[in-house]
Amino acid sequence: MAGAIAMRRVVVKGRRATAESPTVRRILIAVVTLFFGLFLVMPLVVVFHEAFKRGLSAYLSAFQDPYTQHAVYLTLLVAVIAVPLNTIFGLASAWAITKFSFPGKPLLTSLIDLPLWISPVIGGLIYVLLFGRHGWLGGWLIDHDIRILFALPGIVLATTFVTFPFVARGLIPLMQAQGSAEEEAAATLGASGWQIFRRVTIPKIKWGLLYGVILCNARAMGEFGAVSVVSGHIRGRTNTMPLQIEILYNEYQFSAAFAVATLLCALALLTLFLKFIAEWRAARQLAAGSRS
Amino acid sequence: MSRRRHVLPGFGLTMGYTWIYLGVLVLLPLAGLALKTGTMGWGSFWAAISSPQVVASYKVSFGISFLAALTNGVLGLIAAWVLARYEFPGRRVLDALTDLPFAMPTAVAGIALTSLYGPHEWIGGLLAPWGIKVSYTLVGVYVALTFIGLPFVVRTLQPVIADLSAETEEAAATLGAGRWRTFWRVIFPSLLPALLTGVTLAYGRAVGEFGSVIFIAGNRPFHTEITPLLIVSKLESYDYNGAAALGFVMLAASFLIVLVSNGLQGWGARRRVA
Repeated sequence: MAGAIAMRRVVVKGRRATAESPTVRRILIAVVTLFFGLFLVMPLVVVFHEAFKRGLSAYLSAFQDPYTQHAVYLTLLVAVIAVPLNTIFGLASAWAITKFSFPGKPLLTSLIDLPLWISPVIGGLIYVLLFGRHGWLGGWLIDHDIRILFALPGIVLATTFVTFPFVARGLIPLMQAQGSAEEEAAATLGASGWQIFRRVTIPKIKWGLLYGVILCNARAMGEFGAVSVVSGHIRGRTNTMPLQIEILYNEYQFSAAFAVATLLCALALLTLFLKFIAEWRAARQLAAGSRS
Repeated sequence: MSRRRHVLPGFGLTMGYTWIYLGVLVLLPLAGLALKTGTMGWGSFWAAISSPQVVASYKVSFGISFLAALTNGVLGLIAAWVLARYEFPGRRVLDALTDLPFAMPTAVAGIALTSLYGPHEWIGGLLAPWGIKVSYTLVGVYVALTFIGLPFVVRTLQPVIADLSAETEEAAATLGAGRWRTFWRVIFPSLLPALLTGVTLAYGRAVGEFGSVIFIAGNRPFHTEITPLLIVSKLESYDYNGAAALGFVMLAASFLIVLVSNGLQGWGARRRVA
């Protein structure tokens, strides 16, 4: 106990010698504030400014457009399919990776990360090569009258591809840090796998899981490159919100384009807020865990 | 390989599901791309990936991404340091905003940056009298790629800075090293692996970026056209072979970048243990 107090005092004393001078501090804080202001805050502000420039009624009238309404509907529909798929995958892969040791684990982790580093355009291209008219399965699909490209299944596939690491990536480090002691105790007491998962693991990871799902959802609703390749840009049928924003923008309907963009921006801000909450809760949980 | 080795159940189920999902959704389609390229023959493959327009697009995609990643390296290091070490009003807001490029759809970022940096707009209007044009030039591509790469350096460095042991810094200070010297000789070398990892990740992300760039770039062939856009225009003109060949080059580049970043991460982990 006395040792701990003495240690702390040295650190507090030492902080003077191991910290920058107040001037340097102020300059660095100013540089970062300016950089973030220019690159992060201003783009956010400009979206809302452009959307509301012509008043609230102009803003609201952007959503009267049936094509825009359909784009919102399609985006929600795609997310409702893609996000649960990736959530189940995220839970399964995080369980496999963090609860067991097996050869090839680093390879599997790298493969799960892969879609993050591949150009979204390639995420669309691979499905065109597979399901397109001249693709590997194109002839068979035409014979059986199944539409994948330029239709909902293609958009869902491309979206799922681009967003599939997010839940897994959020959960793996969290579950690794938490360890498996509680789960193993439950197993020794005779709980079944499903019981352990539902009663022990889910309560431990719920905030990290929630953030992963929300981030996955934000990315799914905002995906542009991959969806643009497979959608065919058919108005009122295969345009998602980001594609609709592109069309409106290219037609110089700036207010309408930015109005749709505000919805996605609000979603992005909500995502950041939930991440903030999730990190705070996870830190508290870890601290509580190490104390007990 | 029996059940007895594992205390917890579910290994077969979760592992099998993980590989099947990964295989169907990612590995098989990617193999299809490689196979498509394989059927082309070397001559037409080389012709597709080395035409002057394509080479010009490599210069934009790979070159400007490099400049953007370097910028993120310098400013991201400062940002990670400030966010991890200093307490000041607004720190939490800046910290939370760091992930914005990750959460904001690329198309939205694209139109927002294009509007900001247009010649008569808020920032573009300030730069115009100096003869600096941003939107529809390479500078615009650079701005967009810097934006989307920003979180990677900061988020890779932050935990490493938080984990730095205070003792080495104190030792350096006790031995009479100034703050500047301590930073360069003691702190910077231990941050270097994470810094390079972050820069590599930002670079990898920038090379493949599409949505935010195409709005601000103007997309003039031979000048501001990026390689992913060329893939899209080849697909739109039903040139599947050309698109596949370019896709294969981009894919190979991504693999290489991931490999380098994994190597750097391993180097950092070994250094921290040592």
